[in-house]
Amino acid sequence: MTKLESKVPEGPLHEKWDNRKHHYGLVSPNNKKKHTIIVVGTGLAGASSAASLAEMGYKVKNFCISDSPRRAHSIAAQGGINANKNYPNDGDSTWGLFYDTIKGGDYRSREANTYRLAQLSSNIIDQAVAQGVPFAREYGGELATRSFGGALVSRTFYARGQTGQQLLLGAYGALMRQVDGGNCEMFAHREMLDLVMVDGRARGIITRNLFTGALERHAADAVVLCTGGYGRAYFLSTNAVNSNATAAWRCHKRGALMANPSYVQIHPTCIPASTEYQSKRTLMSESLRNDGRIWVPKNKEDVGKPPNSIPPEDRDYYLERKYPAFGNLVPRDVASRNAHYMVKQGYGVGPLRNAVYLDFSTAIKEKGKAAIEAKYGNLFDMYQKITDENPYEQPMRIFPAVHYVMGGLWVDYDLMSNLPGLFVAGEANFSDHGANRLGASALMQGLADGYFIVPASVSNYLATERFNLTPVKDDQAEFKAVEKDVRANIDELLKLNELALKKPAEERRTVIDIYSELGKILWDDVGIERTAEGLEHALEAIPRLREEFYSGVLIPGSDDTFNKYLEIAGRVADFLEVGELMARDALDRDESCGCHFRADHQTPKGEALRNDEDFAYVAAWEYKGRGEKPVLHKEELEFEFVELKQRSYE
Amino acid sequence: MTLNLKVWRQSGADSAGSLEAVVAHGISPEMSFLEMLDLVNERLVHDGKLPIEFDSDCREGICGTCSLTINGKAHGPDLGTAVCQLHMRSFSDGDTIVIEPFRARAFPVVKDLVVDRAALDRIIQAGGYNSVTTGPHADANATLISKPDADAAFEAATCIGCGACVAACPNSSASLFTSAKLTQFAKLPQGQPERDIRTIRMVTTMDDEGFGNCSNIGECEAVCPKGISINNISRMRRDYVRAVLRTGGRVTES
Repeated sequence: MTKLESKVPEGPLHEKWDNRKHHYGLVSPNNKKKHTIIVVGTGLAGASSAASLAEMGYKVKNFCISDSPRRAHSIAAQGGINANKNYPNDGDSTWGLFYDTIKGGDYRSREANTYRLAQLSSNIIDQAVAQGVPFAREYGGELATRSFGGALVSRTFYARGQTGQQLLLGAYGALMRQVDGGNCEMFAHREMLDLVMVDGRARGIITRNLFTGALERHAADAVVLCTGGYGRAYFLSTNAVNSNATAAWRCHKRGALMANPSYVQIHPTCIPASTEYQSKRTLMSESLRNDGRIWVPKNKEDVGKPPNSIPPEDRDYYLERKYPAFGNLVPRDVASRNAHYMVKQGYGVGPLRNAVYLDFSTAIKEKGKAAIEAKYGNLFDMYQKITDENPYEQPMRIFPAVHYVMGGLWVDYDLMSNLPGLFVAGEANFSDHGANRLGASALMQGLADGYFIVPASVSNYLATERFNLTPVKDDQAEFKAVEKDVRANIDELLKLNELALKKPAEERRTVIDIYSELGKILWDDVGIERTAEGLEHALEAIPRLREEFYSGVLIPGSDDTFNKYLEIAGRVADFLEVGELMARDALDRDESCGCHFRADHQTPKGEALRNDEDFAYVAAWEYKGRGEKPVLHKEELEFEFVELKQRSYE
Repeated sequence: MTLNLKVWRQSGADSAGSLEAVVAHGISPEMSFLEMLDLVNERLVHDGKLPIEFDSDCREGICGTCSLTINGKAHGPDLGTAVCQLHMRSFSDGDTIVIEPFRARAFPVVKDLVVDRAALDRIIQAGGYNSVTTGPHADANATLISKPDADAAFEAATCIGCGACVAACPNSSASLFTSAKLTQFAKLPQGQPERDIRTIRMVTTMDDEGFGNCSNIGECEAVCPKGISINNISRMRRDYVRAVLRTGGRVTES
């Protein structure tokens, strides 16, 4: 039985991280170059981890699924990054950022992790500015900030609507500097397909070169996984086409526990779907809610009318009506649920009646078009390109879409999974956001993990475990055995195509077709609003779909060349298991909290109703085989410093 | 709509390629160009044929992965747009559309429409950063940066590294790409200590990677999905001369 030890340090909340750092072991400068560390992923967490570890003198091998590390999906984050600098003098503090984050997460995260995140936020801004990240500035030359959902202070730093891009390019620059200096070896267009354990420790990975199809073995003293979230399980999401769960899921299959897989954030402001062939949804930054007002027509007969012809008194600004204090700036889960509710009640607008309005006319009247353009120009352009509608002249149409997952591999305070030597950072871990993440906190967490936590905790692992880390070579038995498993896996997929061709033509389905059906099941049953019946349905439908997948599915081409369908097939095979675990976790958590909204657990006002007595724990699942029931391990959450309250944004 | 596609098919870097005709029928104007290709591929796979390989990732115009030349134009007919943001409403029923990869000697074809742009990473590797280490730094507001400078640095920094500028240039020059990164740092006080060495190293690497020279044609600026200005190239040239004069052209490895 795996015992979950969070390893949270003793002492007052604000001293915990310092205490831990003081006790961390250090590796001597001579010895650092003798250690190899594998970092998988080049997003904010991956690039910053790899760069920082290489700067310290370790030999780093960095793996990237794209053709260049700069393409990692962190690049698409638009709105900003939180930090408790209190530059606007509006009463912000470390405690304030911590409290908003833990409350925003509906009290389902570890106090100590969340507090550390708030503590490190300020250093991230200093780090990024030193790197030359061009944040927005005021005329006096100081940094500009704006407000984001779930907070009453202005603590979000931004670079127009491209904050993720600029922060990622900062980290990418730091990484390329280490590649140039020879401390980091870059492996682009590589997909991690398995983890290699030696003597109970994570000691390497197997990758596939996506250009040539070749399998490769890589050995190291520690593995840092920064491979993002599993939101693409829904097929339609704001995540990039190549975002996937495979690296994390294969670690899960090797024994790493998967925590809170049902915590999925549905972002409130995305462009609604327009055709059935849509490949992904596009996010419109939440920062738009600073100046945009969300409404639907008060009268159902108005939903088809042009929005500008509906007079103000016939509009229902439902967020401002229901939440007068936070108004349009309520947290994401609350905003999404309300939009979903309005559309379900028949107030949806747009050709498919699947959206609500986000209206800038008031802001343009008050602040002028130029001011709005300076703040959101690129977002407005993007909207216009996709929809062919001009948001300066008519309101945007928006609807929620899957965006981010708070769940992920279980890690302790040191960001190490239950497998010794396997560290997990960024969205790939379950750590700091609880059941809902506040806007502008993903960039903060990715970089706090990568720049400041992973380098210290991995060093400590190497220092304290150095006598247990026997030398390993990538040609020893354990590596060969895992490579053989990976090979067998790919061969199994290729065989599915042969099986499919034996089916009658009208029964043949492509891997994309199966994938899109999985997405529909998850969106309907494990989406914004969940019910026991829906989740039970998902638990029947997903294994059935998986059976169909393994009975034969069209996967064209061979494995010795660039083959996108084959890549996707491997990821879909994993999503078909991830999805089932998400539904199981959601069914098992018989309460509502944050983004996990069970229709049978809500307050009279329709808010998520927690059950702290029975469910104030992290649900960490242990893999028992494809289609086998996983085993639940619980890490009880202890709240020493904050009082658990019903969230209210009224 | 029905469209007559002529698509570049090439099985690998060393094999010869050719244009192949594919008919795309039942295309809705709301679809993006890449969604149209997705649909074409699904039908090809159902017919037991190999799908058209192309690469894409974020599909919202920011990651720079997609790299198609459409009717001879990098990223297609719409200005200021990566091909993932190009929608089929830009075409008419019955149009013939020629789809090719981004072509340049420094971008070898991987398969069909997929090219390898690692050469751009190697230009960045040669100095496209400030050499600062992770750790404590001065408070972010300790250095004031005028808004126009910050904005100019930002404008240059919006480059997504797609390589359209290279594909569009008759000389396959990477000058717009390289100069945009140089401008970002040249406009910021943090970028000054390494300004000379950065300029010399990045320009030299650009030449070594097999990119051609700039001869002021301006195609790069015209196709850039982020509207990055060719003025950056003039700036780069001035800085290069300045750097050579100040350092004697000698650079020590950073």
